[in-house]
Amino acid sequence: MKLGHVQGNVVSTIKHPCFHGQRVLIVQPLNLLGEKDGPAVLACDSVSAGPGDVVLLQQNGISAQEILGTKKDPLHSVIVGIVDRVCR
Amino acid sequence: MRLARVVGTVVASTKDKGLQGEKLLVIQPLDEQLNVASDEVVVAVDCVAAGPGDLVFYTLAREATFALKNYNAPVDAAVTGFVDQVNVEVEGKVDNLILE
Repeated sequence: MKLGHVQGNVVSTIKHPCFHGQRVLIVQPLNLLGEKDGPAVLACDSVSAGPGDVVLLQQNGISAQEILGTKKDPLHSVIVGIVDRVCR
Repeated sequence: MRLARVVGTVVASTKDKGLQGEKLLVIQPLDEQLNVASDEVVVAVDCVAAGPGDLVFYTLAREATFALKNYNAPVDAAVTGFVDQVNVEVEGKVDNLILE
C-alpha cells in the first residue's frame, strides 16, 4: 500500500459496467515529506474519502476484488483507509 | 488506473490469436492537470469504443484482461472508460505529514 493524497474526483458516464456506482478519485502518491511521489492515479473509493484526505492507496487487483466484492473486474486501485496521523 | 488521451490506433494483421478482433489504441498517460506526464506511450485494448482525441482512463496489469471476454488474452492495458470531467480541488504537498 501507499500513502496517498486525494486531490479530486473523475466524472465518467460511459465506462466498463464494474465501475457503475463506484466513486473514482484522483490520488497523488506521497513520499515521507508529503510531496508528490510519481504520477497521480485513479482509485475506487470504499471508505468515503474526500478531497484533501490522506489515505491508504492499495494497488493490487485480487485484494481490490475482495474489498469491493466484485469478481474479475478490470480495476486494481482501491482506497482502503483514511489516515489520521503518521507518527515517527 | 490512470488518465490518458487517445492519440491513435494500431493496425496489426499478424498477432497473437488472443488479440484477434480487438481494437488497439495508442494512448498517452496524463497527470491530473491533463498535461502529458511523460513521453511514454501505451498501446491498450479498447473496451468502450474510444477514438483519437478522447480523454479516457485505463487499467494496467493482469486486471486489464478482465475487461475482455477472453480472460487469457495477452493484454496488460485496457481502456475501461471515458472521462467527462476531472475535478481537482486540492493541490500541492501535505504539510507536516509526520508528527515528530
